[in-house]
Amino acid sequence: MSVEAREARQPWLLLSPALTAVVLLLFVPLAFIVVYSFWLRTATGADQAGFHLDNWNEALTDPFYRDILLNTLKIAGITTVVCALMGYPAAYFIARSKGNKVILLLLLMLPFWISYIIRTMSWINILGVSGAFNSVLLSLGIISEPVQMLYNETTVILGLVHFLLPFMVLNVYVSLEGIDETLEDAACSLGATRWKSFLEVTLPLSLPGLAAGGLLCFVLGAGTYITPLVLGGPTDAMFANLVFEAIITQLDWPLGSALSLMLLAVLGALVLIYNHYLGMAQLMKGLG
Amino acid sequence: MSAVTLKDIVKRFGEFTAVHRMSMDIPEGSFVTLLGPSGCGKTTTLRMIAGLLDPSEGEISIKGRRVNDVPIHKRNLGIVFQNYALFPHKTVAENIAFGLKYRNVAKDEAKKRVEQALELVQLPQVGERYPKQLSGGQQQRIALARAIVIEPDVLLLDEPLSALDANLREDMRVELKRIQHRIGITTVFVTHDQSEALAMSDRIVVMSQGRVEQAGAPEEVYNTPETEFVARFLGSSNILDGTSNGASGEEVAIDTAGFGRIAVPKNRAPKLNGSGPAKLVIRAEKLHLAKPETDPDGQIAVDGVVETVDYQGQAARYFVRVGDLQLQAINMIDDHPFNEGDTVSVRVRPRDCAALPEAR
Repeated sequence: MSVEAREARQPWLLLSPALTAVVLLLFVPLAFIVVYSFWLRTATGADQAGFHLDNWNEALTDPFYRDILLNTLKIAGITTVVCALMGYPAAYFIARSKGNKVILLLLLMLPFWISYIIRTMSWINILGVSGAFNSVLLSLGIISEPVQMLYNETTVILGLVHFLLPFMVLNVYVSLEGIDETLEDAACSLGATRWKSFLEVTLPLSLPGLAAGGLLCFVLGAGTYITPLVLGGPTDAMFANLVFEAIITQLDWPLGSALSLMLLAVLGALVLIYNHYLGMAQLMKGLG
Repeated sequence: MSAVTLKDIVKRFGEFTAVHRMSMDIPEGSFVTLLGPSGCGKTTTLRMIAGLLDPSEGEISIKGRRVNDVPIHKRNLGIVFQNYALFPHKTVAENIAFGLKYRNVAKDEAKKRVEQALELVQLPQVGERYPKQLSGGQQQRIALARAIVIEPDVLLLDEPLSALDANLREDMRVELKRIQHRIGITTVFVTHDQSEALAMSDRIVVMSQGRVEQAGAPEEVYNTPETEFVARFLGSSNILDGTSNGASGEEVAIDTAGFGRIAVPKNRAPKLNGSGPAKLVIRAEKLHLAKPETDPDGQIAVDGVVETVDYQGQAARYFVRVGDLQLQAINMIDDHPFNEGDTVSVRVRPRDCAALPEAR
């Protein structure tokens, strides 16, 4: 074999374990899902193979699914905005702090060491009827009866922000790290106040990181089903809950498949739009 | 009037004192260089003048106005940073116009001034480009244009040439001096490069460990170092231990181990009072090597052996052993250089020597 051929083969050799895993564990199951979505669930409960558009027809035309999809996008959108507003100052602080960056970043990663489900459920101990917050209010005499603060849209958003904030902070942090600090000094020396120089120089230069963090928060937020399950009320179902419901509870794999592909398409389109304007490289930076 | 006055400036970072009680007067229109090795406090001093750092003690005035409490954006200074610090998301023209925006300059006027600034730095065509599309030297010129277009009271340059490669650095040195001369702006320049300092400055302030070692015109600092540090830092010097026997008329006699008694002119030994231990400074390029049989022609001559030859083309740097001393000599090469192991006559004229008191 020639040297060139060997060199050309090498990256593929190194990639092959990962590629095998991705193909077998992601693309093949996804292909099954696509096939399933055209099957039909009969009255007997058995799935009937074939090419039927019934599931797709139901998923795309029923206003029930449309409303929940819109609500899902709304909740993910609000979560993303809150994460941006809370995460940016934190990221700025970490990026500009001297010396103890490693500790601050470690603190940021710390929540990942605890299961996301446990972190979500911890809110029950804080906001629940017999939770910490109610106990404090009761003992202070501010309320006489425990108040139910859980199981509404606000607590769903709260849980999502809790889950997603580190992703936002990390992404913004990475882009701020790449910005030369003397740029702000230069802007100030030319007559801009600290705030103005932030607005004119640092903020625009960090927008790619903010966008990457935003995309991650939005996609992860819109795809979640645990948070609404644990912290939401009966009317706070998000789209992934419908998929869960169809597949796990009703065992209606064909409809569940169609619904999950629908969500995938919407979020996939968003990623493509992002990629068109900003490119994937920025997203990878924030993940690494 | 002084453009910049520092009075008893002290800067401490925690336990560490970066600048010790420094006072300095920078006359209007002059080009002053703060020269020293890294960590000597030169950049800290510049950043205090700029307003990027607050002095722990002392007073800073710019054009007679005390500026200790004036924030950087109100000081009206032009700063050129080591890494240029051009805004990567703005075009060259937008970069230069940045400061004008905060000075309420009308749009047409601003446009005209940006064009003039680009003319001044000889890059009239690049206004619409982004900084990344320019070479390092061009970016440096744009950074300079951006700093001077606001007509600052003082121009502060923080090692602006150090990121350029050698040839370009020498071109930019000339260019920078030309522009400074043309607009006559007071300039404070920070560098660790002695040749930049010597070539560009009206006045050099040599700093070491947060203190001013010596301040003066380039040839003063070069020819008459007042401390051993200055003698070692500027150029290559041979510094010999000796004993001063006091002044007699216009000369000070120094006894050294290697060269015997040398009578140094009084003006080359201004800090030497009375007798006692002293240092004799001989610049490497003032130490001449010659064939032993030639006439010393009034120079002091001792025999030595060439130990190492560092050939540099038109000149060579020799390391010569004279008794217990190893000396450096940088000589132009006439015909062909000496070889290692050659016995040579090592010669120096007394008036090319300088003398210092023993370090305090």
